[in-house]
Amino acid sequence: MASLSTWGNRLHSGEKTYGIVAHRNRWFLISAVLMALALVILFTKGLNPGIDFRGGTEYIVSGVTDADAQVARDTVAAAYPEETPAVAILGGDGVRVQLGTLEQSDVDALGADLADAYGVPVTNVSSSFIGPTWGQDVSGKAVQGLVVFLVLVAIVMALYFRTWRMAAAGLVALLHDLVFTVGIYALVGFEVTPASVIGFLTILGYSLYDTVVVFDKVRDNTADLFTQHRYTYDELANLAVNQTLVRSINTSVVALLPVSAILFIGSYLLGAGTLSDISLALFVGMAVGTYSSIFVATPLEVALRDTEAKIKKHTADVLALRAGGESDVVREDGTVRVGALQAGHHQGAAAQPRRKRRK
Amino acid sequence: MSQAAKGARRTLIGLAVLFVFIFGLLSTGVLTNNTGWAPGLALDLAGGRQIILEAQAEGETIDQSDLNQAVQIIRNRVDASGTSEAEITTQGDTNILVALPGTPDEATLDLIRQSAQLQFRPVLQVGYSTITLPTADPAATSDPTATPEPTASTDETLTGTSPTPSADAAGDIDTSGVSEVANVVSSATTPSASATPEPSATPEATDTTTGATTAEPTNPSDLAWITPEIQAQFDAINCSDPNNQTGVDPGDPNAAFVTCNQDGVTKYILGPVELAGDDIATATSGPEQNPQTGAATGGFMIMLDLTGDGGNKFYATTQRLAQLTQPQNQFAIILDGVVLSDPRVTNPIPGGSAQITGNFTQASAQALADQLKFGALPLTLEVQSEQNITATKGADELRNGLLAGLIGLILVVIYTMFQYRALGAVTIGSLLVAGGITYGLIALLSWGLGYRLSLAGVTGLIVAIGITADSFIVYFERVKDELREGRSLQAAVEHGWKSARRTILASDAVNFLAALVLYMLAVGGVRGFAFTLGLTTLVDLLVVIMFTHPVLVLLARTKFFGEGHKWSGLDPRQLGRDTMYKGRGRVATPSAAAASDGPLTLAERKAAKARGAVATEDKE
Repeated sequence: MASLSTWGNRLHSGEKTYGIVAHRNRWFLISAVLMALALVILFTKGLNPGIDFRGGTEYIVSGVTDADAQVARDTVAAAYPEETPAVAILGGDGVRVQLGTLEQSDVDALGADLADAYGVPVTNVSSSFIGPTWGQDVSGKAVQGLVVFLVLVAIVMALYFRTWRMAAAGLVALLHDLVFTVGIYALVGFEVTPASVIGFLTILGYSLYDTVVVFDKVRDNTADLFTQHRYTYDELANLAVNQTLVRSINTSVVALLPVSAILFIGSYLLGAGTLSDISLALFVGMAVGTYSSIFVATPLEVALRDTEAKIKKHTADVLALRAGGESDVVREDGTVRVGALQAGHHQGAAAQPRRKRRK
Repeated sequence: MSQAAKGARRTLIGLAVLFVFIFGLLSTGVLTNNTGWAPGLALDLAGGRQIILEAQAEGETIDQSDLNQAVQIIRNRVDASGTSEAEITTQGDTNILVALPGTPDEATLDLIRQSAQLQFRPVLQVGYSTITLPTADPAATSDPTATPEPTASTDETLTGTSPTPSADAAGDIDTSGVSEVANVVSSATTPSASATPEPSATPEATDTTTGATTAEPTNPSDLAWITPEIQAQFDAINCSDPNNQTGVDPGDPNAAFVTCNQDGVTKYILGPVELAGDDIATATSGPEQNPQTGAATGGFMIMLDLTGDGGNKFYATTQRLAQLTQPQNQFAIILDGVVLSDPRVTNPIPGGSAQITGNFTQASAQALADQLKFGALPLTLEVQSEQNITATKGADELRNGLLAGLIGLILVVIYTMFQYRALGAVTIGSLLVAGGITYGLIALLSWGLGYRLSLAGVTGLIVAIGITADSFIVYFERVKDELREGRSLQAAVEHGWKSARRTILASDAVNFLAALVLYMLAVGGVRGFAFTLGLTTLVDLLVVIMFTHPVLVLLARTKFFGEGHKWSGLDPRQLGRDTMYKGRGRVATPSAAAASDGPLTLAERKAAKARGAVATEDKE
């Protein structure tokens, strides 16, 4: 795609720049408002816990020729008049029946009744019985996993980037993604199952992965920051975000493609299940993760770095130089063109053209 | 050929060797009928029943050894019920996952949900089953063919321990039991069949006592417990049958009970239960000491501590047993309906603590102590969730999962071809190699470690397509960056690789860490997701280093890529370089659009450099 490629070139050279870092307060505001909204929805409306968290009994009858929800309701009513089952039709030939906790020994009996009612063999009825405390166990584990993961990741990031500010910014971006995803779940009312929890936890890894790539470029660009006075830290970090923009888009598309394939197959052919639960969480999380690695993580990191005395002085120096008209990076219209720091040094012998067909 | 190209070829050959190794190993397994080409499927894909049990102990904490013991007991029961390929594992601190393929019957399911019971019953009568070679159950602790003395268990002695100075509650009771330690008497009832197994499968009772009396039994050791029915049961029971060696219904605690020793040889008629698991405080094992000298004898023993109440009951029972003759002076310790140990009691044991001595090794003493300690726990198994997946639904899910994967893969292929042109072929090649290695590894793991691919695992594999492809994107974008900086393709590949490698390593490390944490803490069947995610992260790293990079190094030398063909995806003209350095100082004029930053002539560069230097000096 030539246009995207040209756009990528212009972004890379700094010819075309989006002031992502410069307008950081705008993104922070947007994110803060959205996060606040997500939290409000989360605490007022709450999540819609799946049967694994509520406890209860679930049947899935497959291979049904005439998928009618009423048949299941009647069957359950005959055996347990006090139960009000939630019946859903899956995909066209499947019926899902959810009801409260039954006696362990009665689970299979009702399964056989349902098979009778739908005229399918008993082997077509899948059942699951979930004790009332199981869900708490799962959520407890998820929270535990989250905390352990955050601590480990903070250590790894701090070690890798040798600066706590990047680790902090990465973690904030990660929390942002998580709150946002959970907020969307609460808003839409998607069912939260253990599979979605696994999806949430996977988002953590993905969100960081994305952020690491952008931060790596930021670090590259600002490695020689103090040896020059052409550009400020903000501008170089912004260049890094712009330079990785094409990659960020490509990565997101490539990561989202298989996930949306699962989501599509999972929801249209299978109905709810492990596949669609994980992929839905991933889909939302990955989309938000891409946004946060561009608009939250790097701007935040820059905001943190800008409080450093060294950076402050450097920025002031660069700006003073520009004000004095000594800098050659200011365009005629007053904007600054930020380019790569080390353009045009010798590329090494390997860059020289080869002599052809000669030993 | 340059050094880099040679290295690239070597790496590719290394990858090929690895490939051949993985699939060679797999085909060896297939040809020897040890495994199949396809990896084993977990319950949610193959159909079956999955039960998650939580071990609960009131007021006590459950440690890993208790949980392992519970797993062992459930495994014994399931094996005894004839269900094959059951998978029983611990999950987290308190959960046990039982996965049974197919449709297990209700009786098997009840067996699993039951909690284990530890009982102490007095021995009324002992007999021996004729050994049939070899015992089918590898879990049986003693192998009759290896030990010529199948009656090793009757060599065990139960004695009191001298109260240590710190022992408080029991100090005042007479400790006359102490002197009877480790007095291993060779049993008079050694069966003749021990060394030479006879083909006859009929059991022979060696005890002459036939207590067909009708009188009401007066105490648990009374032979009046042996009714004709019990006697008939005893005569009929065949202890060499593996089903009788593990996971037997523990019987009515207030009646006589016929069962086997776990060695598969000895059988018993036992009196009613005298002590139960909750009478035991704890059990430990240690080196056996001579009670007089305190010197180690070289053997091992089990120290048993009883609760206050249990100690009193124990004292009363041992007082009675000590006066009886063999075998009625024996105490059978039964876990889950099978006799673990049948020590003799020679003296009454007061004080609430006792020790069992005999032919123990360190391992067997430890095992018995663990079993006793486990039996002492008021452990109940609560069903947390139970899932029954039919085979048709599992097959449906697998088909749809694979379909989703295929669609995802095709979409990724189309997108990368669109974005990277011919370079997309490298991506596809890399994905195929990664897929092949992952498949081989999963099939091998399924064979070697019994790994089972679940639906969540399949999802992990599909999600990994995107993450794996991203490594290539990071790499290609870096190479493009280097091309934009004005490097030749070969140099760009080298330089791009250096910075991309660092990024890929860092992000893969984060991904792997996430997978690891998920795996360690996961509950339910979703552990498979973390597993495949972690596995594919490692495979991704392998493929990028051993396939994608070497291939790109070699491709950079071809005319098509090296000269930047329009469809190569690495065309410098499309990357903002109107033309490359032509040699002899000739650099084509950069386009107007890139005037301020494009390739400058040497003179322009020098001028710019000078300007920059002046500006910097001015500042400082």
